[in-house]
Amino acid sequence: MVLQSSLKNCFQLFCVLRTPKAGFKGTSNGGLILQSVSNDIYQNLAVEDWIHDHMNLENQHVLFLWRNSPAVVIGRHQNPWQECNLKLMRQKSIKLARRRSGGGTVYHDLGNINLTFFTTRKKYERMENLKLVLKALKALRPQLDVHITDRYDILLDRHYKISGTAAKLGRTTAYHHCTLLCNADKFVLSSVLKSPYKGLKSNATPSVPSSVKNLFEEDPTLTCEMLLEAIATEYAMRHQIDHHITLINPADETVLPGINNKTKELQTWEWVYGKTPKFSISTYFNMVYKDSVLDVKVDMDVKHGRIEVCNIDVPEQWLPPALCNELVKNLTGSKFCPNEITTLASTLLRTCPQDDDLHNKWNLLCENMGMLM
Amino acid sequence: VCVHHFRSCSSIQFIKSKYVCLFDKSAFKFSRQQRLFRTSSVSCGQIVQFKLSDIGEGITEVTVKEWYIKEGDSVSQFDSICEVQSDKASVTITSRYDGIIRKLHYNLDEIAYVGKPLVDIEIDASKGVAPEEDVVETPAMSHEEHTHQEIKGHKTLATPAVRRLAMENNIKLSEVVGTGKDNRILKEDILNYLAKQTGAILPPSPKAEIIPPLPKSETVSAATKDKARKIPVPVSRPIAFSGKDKTEAITGFHKAMVKTMSAALKIPHFGYCDEIDLTQLVQLREALKPLAQTRGVKLSFMPFFIKAASLGLLQYPILNASLDESCQNITYKASHNIGVAMDTEQGLIVPNVKNVQVCSVFEIASELKRLQSLGSAGQLGTNDLTGGTFTLSNVGTIGGTYTKPVILPPEVAIGALGKIQVLPRFNGKGEVFKAQIMNVSWSADHRIIDGATMARFSNLWKSYLENPASMLLDLK
Repeated sequence: MVLQSSLKNCFQLFCVLRTPKAGFKGTSNGGLILQSVSNDIYQNLAVEDWIHDHMNLENQHVLFLWRNSPAVVIGRHQNPWQECNLKLMRQKSIKLARRRSGGGTVYHDLGNINLTFFTTRKKYERMENLKLVLKALKALRPQLDVHITDRYDILLDRHYKISGTAAKLGRTTAYHHCTLLCNADKFVLSSVLKSPYKGLKSNATPSVPSSVKNLFEEDPTLTCEMLLEAIATEYAMRHQIDHHITLINPADETVLPGINNKTKELQTWEWVYGKTPKFSISTYFNMVYKDSVLDVKVDMDVKHGRIEVCNIDVPEQWLPPALCNELVKNLTGSKFCPNEITTLASTLLRTCPQDDDLHNKWNLLCENMGMLM
Repeated sequence: VCVHHFRSCSSIQFIKSKYVCLFDKSAFKFSRQQRLFRTSSVSCGQIVQFKLSDIGEGITEVTVKEWYIKEGDSVSQFDSICEVQSDKASVTITSRYDGIIRKLHYNLDEIAYVGKPLVDIEIDASKGVAPEEDVVETPAMSHEEHTHQEIKGHKTLATPAVRRLAMENNIKLSEVVGTGKDNRILKEDILNYLAKQTGAILPPSPKAEIIPPLPKSETVSAATKDKARKIPVPVSRPIAFSGKDKTEAITGFHKAMVKTMSAALKIPHFGYCDEIDLTQLVQLREALKPLAQTRGVKLSFMPFFIKAASLGLLQYPILNASLDESCQNITYKASHNIGVAMDTEQGLIVPNVKNVQVCSVFEIASELKRLQSLGSAGQLGTNDLTGGTFTLSNVGTIGGTYTKPVILPPEVAIGALGKIQVLPRFNGKGEVFKAQIMNVSWSADHRIIDGATMARFSNLWKSYLENPASMLLDLK
């Protein structure tokens, strides 16, 4: 059977997957470098999942290189309302993703490169990986003042964070991934990573804010491609393999069977928002209606991204109590999501007494509630 | 020879690969007999303390972030037990045993220590404990589960999880070819075996053509493929279906819809259907599409349907009215806020175009574009979603001809449009021509709207659309 050269790469991937003992040890000796052709955050995270779940890494290491179009990525156990400005993200169509590894929140765009180091669980060693990255950077630009902190960050000029790290350990495999800021949009980064939501109380992992800088600012001749090349070269040397980057398409089911299901799962509301650890909101807002200003106090408990307990304190007589109760009753169990409350509230109006004044008040209250989400 | 390994609770170590056989053969027999005489429902399986294994990098403590199981749940080997976090690393802890969870040693957000017990698992005494390499060597006759396996004298290597899969599907392990180490049977082998039985197609694997021949002397791909293609006569063994019913609470928006639809049920619906010849409108739209495009709007049929409806409502305002709760008063609404049903990820959303009576067809088209983009982004506001007085539903974009739409309170009428089909019709000269036919199904509140009104409104609407030029006469 003659193999077409284009299949050869997929073939390598497969033989590692399915046959732990097969006689291919000679071919995949030590390491594999993969690069994604996609810029979709969900697809790329799905590839990480796939490699983690399906590849046998006993005899080899894998390096996965990827970049994404604008997205905010929160850690496995984080609270997106606490970490980023969801309203701004919706306006700018910046995606929100939750990764499976721990750690804090990061902003990705095409000026940021992501590196994932896959090993068996026993060979999990983050410092070594970061040292490899450092070595690659120094080889590229010896004058760069970069060093690794004990929090596994890489700092430029002793002060600016250019790389953050996170890791995921499973039963037999582990991966350590990190970012590297080459030429990302710092303005968007700082505005989306600032949460406007007040009164949140949560045990979710908080992010540690840091000043960031792009490598491009230090040396305008640096590009993402150069960085990827340098790191791939260093990795190839370290594991004594061909400096050959295999391109993979995260939508290709034949090479990565089951990948599309993984991608879909990462996009579900239940994963992105529903996995938020339990939290509570205690806040208030002012509403202007006709000639008066009203204070509204809101207390809510949110579990699995859904409102478990809800308490809205509206000045007496402004809205009939029956209507208030109706709103609270319907909010309970509902997703903590502005679209959900808007559609829910609008639909409830259909079965309420038909009074323009009442409808206006109701809409005003519900709009303000939506702003909290 | 029975080789069966037991461990006592206090001396379990997961890192080391050797373990101690604490019971001799006679003790094993004894406990087996004990098991046979067990009558109470109290568990007498062995409780094993599953300790948190080494995370690596010298980490000694982690925070428990999520439990995947609760006390009383049964787990299988390799099932996920919990998620712990340590210093930016998220770790999935999986079970080493099959059994029932008896105790969780930590609550959420508590700190757990490496080497200390994480959960207590009650192991089924008959199954024993999996050693470090996760392989159980099974003696020929000692287990009930092997009575129908008939190993025939050789040991079949397989993990308990694989055995369970085989048992669920009534597969004899002796008939499955193992492709793992030492001919161990892997989960893929069971799946392959199943696929051959049912002729099912597994995801294609290019390497199937390259792999060295399986021990059973199936030489190359050709042979394997042929075997897979022959769909065998259905065998008597049933394939176990492990699907379970799933119950979910109805919440949020869906709960509100249930309330709306229940209220709608109280309205006596009168239905009226008709067929519209859109041949002329199709031509008109084709002609106008480029002009609309230059203004940045994609012109569909809906703006025409909506405007024609508004013109009809001017003549039959009772269709744009509302009946109060006590059915004592009818309110004739001045504004024609025509709702357009949209199918979004969330479900059926009905934003409305405000004041169609003073909008041009183009303005309606622009407004539809705005509503549609907000709708697909999940960003429609309360103002867009409330205040509707009449609704049109274009279910034809999905398919169908006639339907029975449900009126959305507090409205009193709704129209559903089927798909546009090319059908043969007779013209004035008795010749057959190609007509663009669309079906419309109206529902109206029969308490205040009678059949004749509905029919006349429909005819008027139909006449505007069948002869679009006539709309010009009545446009305001």
